[in-house]
Amino acid sequence: MTEKLGTGRDEVQLRFRDDAMPEGSQVTVDAFLEQADAEAVRIEPGDDARALLPHLSRIRLVEVNFPTFGDGRGYSAARVLREHGYTGELRAVGDVLVDQLAYMRRCGFDSFAPEQAFNEADVETALSRWPHVYQPAADAAVPIWDLRHG
Amino acid sequence: MYQYDQYDQAMVDARVEEFRDQCRRRLEGKLTEDQFKPLRLMNGLYLQLHAYMLRVAIPYGTLSGAQMHALADIADKYDKGYAHFTTRQNVQYNWIKLEEAGDILADLANVEMHAIQTSGNCIRNISSDHFAGAAGDERVDPRPYAELLRQWSSFHPEFSYLPRKFKIAVIASDKDRAAMRLHDIGINIVRNDAGELGAAFYVGGGMGRTPMIAPLIRDFVPLDQLVTYSEACLRVYNRHGRRDNKYKARIKILVHEIGAEEYTRQVEEEFAHLLEQGIEPPLAELERIKPYFAAPEFASGLTDRADRSDPDFGLWIDRNCQPHKAPGYVSAVISLKPVGGIPGDASAEQMHLMADLAREYSFDECRVMHTQNIVLPHVEIGRLYELWQKLDAAGLGAPNLDQIGDIIACPGLDYCSLANARSIPVAQKISERFAASGKGEALGELKLKISGCINACGHHHAGHVGILGVDRKGVENYQLLLGGSEAEDVSLAKITGRGFDEAGIIAAVETVADVYLEKRHDGERFLDTYRRIGMDSFKEALYD
Amino acid sequence: MKILTGNDLKSGAVVWWDGQDWSLHIADAVDAGDGASEILAREESARRVNAAYAIDAELTGDGPRPAHIKDRVRALGPTVRPDLGYKAAEQNGWDWVI
Repeated sequence: MTEKLGTGRDEVQLRFRDDAMPEGSQVTVDAFLEQADAEAVRIEPGDDARALLPHLSRIRLVEVNFPTFGDGRGYSAARVLREHGYTGELRAVGDVLVDQLAYMRRCGFDSFAPEQAFNEADVETALSRWPHVYQPAADAAVPIWDLRHG
Repeated sequence: MYQYDQYDQAMVDARVEEFRDQCRRRLEGKLTEDQFKPLRLMNGLYLQLHAYMLRVAIPYGTLSGAQMHALADIADKYDKGYAHFTTRQNVQYNWIKLEEAGDILADLANVEMHAIQTSGNCIRNISSDHFAGAAGDERVDPRPYAELLRQWSSFHPEFSYLPRKFKIAVIASDKDRAAMRLHDIGINIVRNDAGELGAAFYVGGGMGRTPMIAPLIRDFVPLDQLVTYSEACLRVYNRHGRRDNKYKARIKILVHEIGAEEYTRQVEEEFAHLLEQGIEPPLAELERIKPYFAAPEFASGLTDRADRSDPDFGLWIDRNCQPHKAPGYVSAVISLKPVGGIPGDASAEQMHLMADLAREYSFDECRVMHTQNIVLPHVEIGRLYELWQKLDAAGLGAPNLDQIGDIIACPGLDYCSLANARSIPVAQKISERFAASGKGEALGELKLKISGCINACGHHHAGHVGILGVDRKGVENYQLLLGGSEAEDVSLAKITGRGFDEAGIIAAVETVADVYLEKRHDGERFLDTYRRIGMDSFKEALYD
Repeated sequence: MKILTGNDLKSGAVVWWDGQDWSLHIADAVDAGDGASEILAREESARRVNAAYAIDAELTGDGPRPAHIKDRVRALGPTVRPDLGYKAAEQNGWDWVI
């Protein structure tokens, strides 16, 4: 029996994917590791995302909770998952401000369910703010140091 | 020095717009102060005792004349005609209005400057050797590597919400002129047996509430893995650094709690994984950066003699001029510690003068020391007298480098909302006392550092003599510490015993100075005598 | 007495609750008494003040004197730059601070 955990489809304000949102609800990392058929998992800041690495192919949604936006562990969790080849939905939930959007996209997040809805105009601005990036991350942006040297 | 290309400029300009937007949203009530605070901190904007305070980044402490002029203009236009140079090679303004902060950042962007990540739980300004490019003992100029790391760490999407602030220093010499072992990451560019350059990584140093000396984590990281190794160090910290207690959240606590060996193991594991991701910059980037730090066209056939007929000049040249690798040159230290002055403060007028002097005497370059003085790195010996006269006329000629008058002090309770006690008046009185008695000269090298609270921005743990201001039942009180060093002989100062009031701490500093004068052997600095004889003689003199 | 202090949101200037508004002059500060937290919450959310808090002060001949030295420094300015502080003209303010 899984309890309803995490965000529902209607709480997702932004989504940068074409596929359908997974049905069903998220389970904790511990529960996920015990349920062979679970395909949606919620990571808390203290969880080690690497526990999911052997199971990436069956995961359709990883939801990363930011209880306070100052706790940046979720950025590393997200990027590590992408580095190891996770291609499913990576959703940032909780205390997420529009000011974190650009960095979160760079770390591999492709959907967002913030506690406080983003202002639409602010979202546009945030996503078009940065003309370049200095360093590689989980996105496809080419770092400045590579642009410089063709 | 480094110059922005279109990419660097575009990033700084974008940041200005982002910040303007955040200020607008704050003023319109769309962001609460709790939401806005971490965002403004990442642009160096604090709310302090009297107003907002802005901390401007001076990457690896290097400034051009034009930049120093711009800093002076900002002091006049937006502040109260002065600025404060800090213990991390940055500069601070104390009387800033939030509604003007965006304009200030725009003015800074015009001269390739910014306030990016000078506060907040992110990677801060990367500091380096203030004699880089001039010191004869450096293996290479460390600043190209600092510049590479500046780019890597700026707007880093994964490491902008760390458990706590993160400070990195880069040097390339056996002598440590950047307090490298007292940083979250200290990097020393070294050579291996094959003569190849690499980076020795020290991780987990710091001052503050729990001072620690960084242990060596890896003795040789090849330079083409510098960024990848740094990334591994940060990721382990982001993952495991404590988030439950602000006072236990620095990486030094993590390294201490799990042990250097375990921390290293985790870093090596992450490093192996990250090497497969190919995140290192191309070698061509370092090659592109290096020429910006190439030695200037030094003249040849220069005299190594200065006209020493003026005894005051003689004092200054002996004390404040450091040997240079190029014959006929020295690095000249401009003291921002006049007798009785506010350590590290400079008026706009003085800043304009220093900018002109940098242009005229030092290939248009100056440096900010973490000891709150300014360096003109490349000055012809034959022109020193002329330079000194101009400095002296402007109150910038104090011949006290590394002497007791060369006090390092944080702003303290006169300015800072974190402080428990005032540090500047203590510095002023000590400076005056030792100048009046002439003892300052007799004492020789004595590094005195004063912090107004346990956050240790005055680096008191690393003082030969350190003073820590505390709040004792609502009254200012001062603890005395002895025996710290920020150099390659790094050590943490020890407290002498119970604290003193303001008059008491000044007398206490005199007392320990007298003990030293009495007990010293030939050639011993204060620190050497303390290390030889220990704390007891000092304690007896202080408390019996 | 309990007085309220904070910073002006836009300018950062130190301000004191005078019963109706936020004044630059500590002499205008009133005893907020039991209403303190309500006033703080309302004024903060209306953005008429930033980072405001209540402090103890004693009423003296010169007006309210904050109990803690930090707030006395805020009231008068940095003790090492009397030319810049709020009461720049008044040299004899310093005993009051310390």
